[in-house]
Amino acid sequence: MSNNSDHSIEHHIQTYIRVFIALGVLTVITVAVSYLEVSFIEAFFLAITIASIKGSLVLGFFMHLISERAAIIWILVATTVAFIILMFIPLISLTDSTGMY
Amino acid sequence: MSSIPYIVEERPDTGLNNSKLGVWIFLASEVMLFGGLFSAYVFLRLAAPEGDFDYWGAKLNVPMATFNTMLLITSSVTMVMSWASLKLKQFDKYKMYLGITILCALGFLCVKYFEYTGKFHHGIYPSSSTFMGIYFTLTGLHVLHIIGGLVVLIYLWTRQADKMWEENPDLLANRIEVTGLYWHFVDLVWIFLFPILYLL
Repeated sequence: MSNNSDHSIEHHIQTYIRVFIALGVLTVITVAVSYLEVSFIEAFFLAITIASIKGSLVLGFFMHLISERAAIIWILVATTVAFIILMFIPLISLTDSTGMY
Repeated sequence: MSSIPYIVEERPDTGLNNSKLGVWIFLASEVMLFGGLFSAYVFLRLAAPEGDFDYWGAKLNVPMATFNTMLLITSSVTMVMSWASLKLKQFDKYKMYLGITILCALGFLCVKYFEYTGKFHHGIYPSSSTFMGIYFTLTGLHVLHIIGGLVVLIYLWTRQADKMWEENPDLLANRIEVTGLYWHFVDLVWIFLFPILYLL
């Protein structure tokens, strides 16, 4: 972080407490929506959306990513691209004809 | 004190100290480690017989996992508060917040212990089904990360920390910051594991 004066730290502490409350509330919401009568795809997107919001709060505020240097941001951009590719690798199995003949 | 350069002070070219940059690169590799297993989960779920994952997933204990989620979130906020306390030169508060973080981590492990032994008691093992295989792999790897983090947290809570605080407070604050980055990452992984394994 660029500015670590006492005043700015005290301001950060208030933010941490707000983020903590938000994470708690979102956890309750995550459990609550799992009881909704929706299809698997809808439930999946709901759960992943809420988890992503929680993850962004942790990354942005607890891990100080919103005020972090460019070097770290670029490392994470590269990681995100590699992660997305990794998530789509299972789709290759759709072209796999093993066991079909 | 330290012969390794740029541990506390920032390197002019990256604008970061080496500890922080190193931990972020390590975390990037961790994303790929867990990412590979998440990818395996998707693959196994797509290939599983209809209703198989629902059947085995229903055997997991949601209240216990929700409680564990709350414990990890609490430990994350107390971790960052311990860093903030050091920055405010409040060493006593640092010890208190880090102590709470350690207790939350121990609490998480206790709950996980009861969850695992509960499953074993009912004859459910990683070999019982595909779902249980990926469940034990993902949560087991996560538990190993918790244990690893706990060792570092306890070390930074002992008299070593008192000594470091007297000799080089900036070094201690820096170590707590990078340990915190790792700890928040472990929390982050659980934030995704919880709904995927327990709720879907």
